[in-house]
Amino acid sequence: MTGSTRYVLRGVAPLGGEPTDLLLADGRIAAIGIEAVTDALAEALTWDVAVPLVEIDGAGLVALPGLVDLHTHLREPGREDAETIESGTRAAAMGGFTSVHAMANTTPVADTAGVVEQVWRLGRDAGWVDVHPVGAVSVGLAGEHLAELGAMAASAAQVRVFSDDGMCVTDPVLMRRALEYVKAFDGVIAQHSQETRLTAGAQMHEGIVSAELGLTGWPAVAEEAIIARDVLLAEHVGSRLHVCHLSTAGSVDLIRWAKSRGIDVTAEVTPHHLALTDDLVRGYDPIFKVNPPLRTAADVEAVRQGLADGTIDIVGTDHAPHSREDKDCEWAAAANGMTGLETALSIVQQTMVDTGRMTWADVARVMSSAPATIGRITGGDRPQGRPLAVGEPANVTLVDPAARWTVIPEQQATASANSPFRGRELPGRVVATFLRGRATVLDGRAVPLRSADGAGAAVPASSARGL
Amino acid sequence: MRHLLSTADLDSAAAVHILDTAAQMAATQSREIKKLPTLRGRTVVNLFFEDSTRTRISFETAAKRLSADVINFSAKGSSVSKGESLKDTALTLQAMGADAVVVRHQSSGAPHTLAHSGWVDGAVINAGDGTHQHPTQALLDAFTIRRHVAMAGAAGAGAIGQLDPTGRDLAGLKIAIVGDVLHSRVARSNVLLLRTLGADVTLVAPPTLVPVGVEAWPCRVSYHLDEVLRDQQPDAIMMLRVQRERMSAGGAGGGAFFPNPLEYTRGFGLDARRLALLPEHAIVMHPGPMNRGLEISADAADSPRAVIVEQVANGVAVRMAVLYLLLAGDSAGSASTAGSASTAGSAGPRTADERTAIA
Ligand SMILES: [Zn+2]
Repeated sequence: MTGSTRYVLRGVAPLGGEPTDLLLADGRIAAIGIEAVTDALAEALTWDVAVPLVEIDGAGLVALPGLVDLHTHLREPGREDAETIESGTRAAAMGGFTSVHAMANTTPVADTAGVVEQVWRLGRDAGWVDVHPVGAVSVGLAGEHLAELGAMAASAAQVRVFSDDGMCVTDPVLMRRALEYVKAFDGVIAQHSQETRLTAGAQMHEGIVSAELGLTGWPAVAEEAIIARDVLLAEHVGSRLHVCHLSTAGSVDLIRWAKSRGIDVTAEVTPHHLALTDDLVRGYDPIFKVNPPLRTAADVEAVRQGLADGTIDIVGTDHAPHSREDKDCEWAAAANGMTGLETALSIVQQTMVDTGRMTWADVARVMSSAPATIGRITGGDRPQGRPLAVGEPANVTLVDPAARWTVIPEQQATASANSPFRGRELPGRVVATFLRGRATVLDGRAVPLRSADGAGAAVPASSARGL
Repeated sequence: MRHLLSTADLDSAAAVHILDTAAQMAATQSREIKKLPTLRGRTVVNLFFEDSTRTRISFETAAKRLSADVINFSAKGSSVSKGESLKDTALTLQAMGADAVVVRHQSSGAPHTLAHSGWVDGAVINAGDGTHQHPTQALLDAFTIRRHVAMAGAAGAGAIGQLDPTGRDLAGLKIAIVGDVLHSRVARSNVLLLRTLGADVTLVAPPTLVPVGVEAWPCRVSYHLDEVLRDQQPDAIMMLRVQRERMSAGGAGGGAFFPNPLEYTRGFGLDARRLALLPEHAIVMHPGPMNRGLEISADAADSPRAVIVEQVANGVAVRMAVLYLLLAGDSAGSASTAGSASTAGSAGPRTADERTAIA
């Protein structure tokens, strides 16, 4: 990292606290505090004047540890028309992320050491964020035979999170074996909880709106029944379970109960389940088709409450880009999924911070430290989810909570336009993202890898803040 | 009214106006020369992604009696897995200059998507979408009920159908809808329309064939047909078709909805005994095609109270009215002004010529 641009972040508010200065140098947080930064700079000037120094006026900006997403679909290999690792990770950086976990439901499926290493390398080459591949639980996501979990764990990608996401591990015996097997390398099974038989042909949440629209229902019990079974299995074999995209009030209750019993379970909610309800389906616009489906207002309230009180551990985007063909059709023929990397932080601010339910420190927990801990990436040579403290890797996100912006999906970095927030004005804007001291985003714009180092002059300090 | 997608879009005045217009259309159909010049030069496309010879023929007859050009476009089987063909087909129709698209689709909401996609400019008429809506079926059912029963209080039983029901709604009538409500677009359309017209609707079905969320519907639900017949004395009873695939474990949704056909018939079939429980003036309806011996016995289907064949004839008149109001009746947007004061004149023909032709 020697020779890379140093950044002085003036007057930023770490976790929304008292404004202060941060110095990012040599890939680390070199100093915190106005005097400490002044001293560090004075000292540094004596030994290295050649290293560029960029000052950022951070008045009004909140500094967060770089965000970590445990649930991203990058679509490569296989569906590069919808997203590539390059475009998806650039979108992640634009959304304030410094690390994403790439789900296994690609073509081919990430069920071998070869595929996860390929994804890991492509992520490294792109350089926008750290890409941690998720390994499939079963071969081909078919739910029948265990994939080579050990080989994926031992590979260069060091996989710790395993999931058949998109599909539920329905077979209780396979689920039990998977939970047991990953104990050997401290892995976790991330379950897409969906009882298959109860959701045959399901199109949307089963309730008042589905009855009216004549769309086959996806009942809450189909999620809750699997969660109930899985927490008991995790307890029985003493392993780690992560519940992906929990979406119902009943699921929150089950997780609360499981945690009170000491079961090693973590839970995730998506930004769209924090913000949107099944009423939106009334127009039959497939942009709102997602799995698990949008639920009722009572469920939205329950997941917000669960996230605020710590029952739900993290926010995971479930960023699921789709090509236009897959959404430009009648409801039943459309694909499930929504983009989310570039709107996640704004939605969390809108639903949780601006409503007074959470602090920015809470946001740092649910979007950085907790997901990194679940993914076991807080250590090693590229740690993520670390606190904003001197000596820690300079993974930092600057957000302007007072900014307002309107979502125009075509202008986002993601290659797909299936955002459910099109046209909405959202609060909070990511101004800058630093990955180990390199600015991946400055002034709200993505900074390509090659121009990053030594190009500090291209972003004058005076304009770095302006929006 | 720009499209007809759901009976939820119709207020009472608009619905009555359609029924009144249909009555005028029906009157012309008893003449020797049935054809009206109203839609000459206009093109109506029947776009059927799902087989339904009866509905297609009904719309085709209605359009032809109004002198429209009719194109039948069967796209069955081409869009089951991928939706692109709905869009591509729509763009093709648009290029042909369709003034109205009558669409039948196996996916709920497909007509809604078609109408709001910008793919076609013409009026979209929902001829049945998935398990969602079938508004012209509900309108023809309401038309049939109004003709037979709504006047029953005003006249002796023998004179029913002779009096002019123009401008009337269905206030105070009791209607029972019996059978597979869960999968029925006919039931959904009828519950909303009949309630809008002032009728009290009771759904009767085994609990497995009632949707979760039905509590928000403007109707009552019962699991006991005999009780409903005895206690409510409905003015009309509508038997829904039970599809054979609902009885097998391999059916949609993954499981049989009732144990066997005999048990279904015992609980929910309309037979001679139940027919006798109905009041004198009550009528028996079925949207067809019937499963004789399952949801309705031959005794009931062929009884003098059955108006099932007449429903078919009324279907043509109602569809003529809908096509007319959407394509020719530009003033039909103000249909809500019709109300009970509706007359033949306000019902719509714009020119003196057309008025003569219709009246
Ligand atoms: Zn999932």
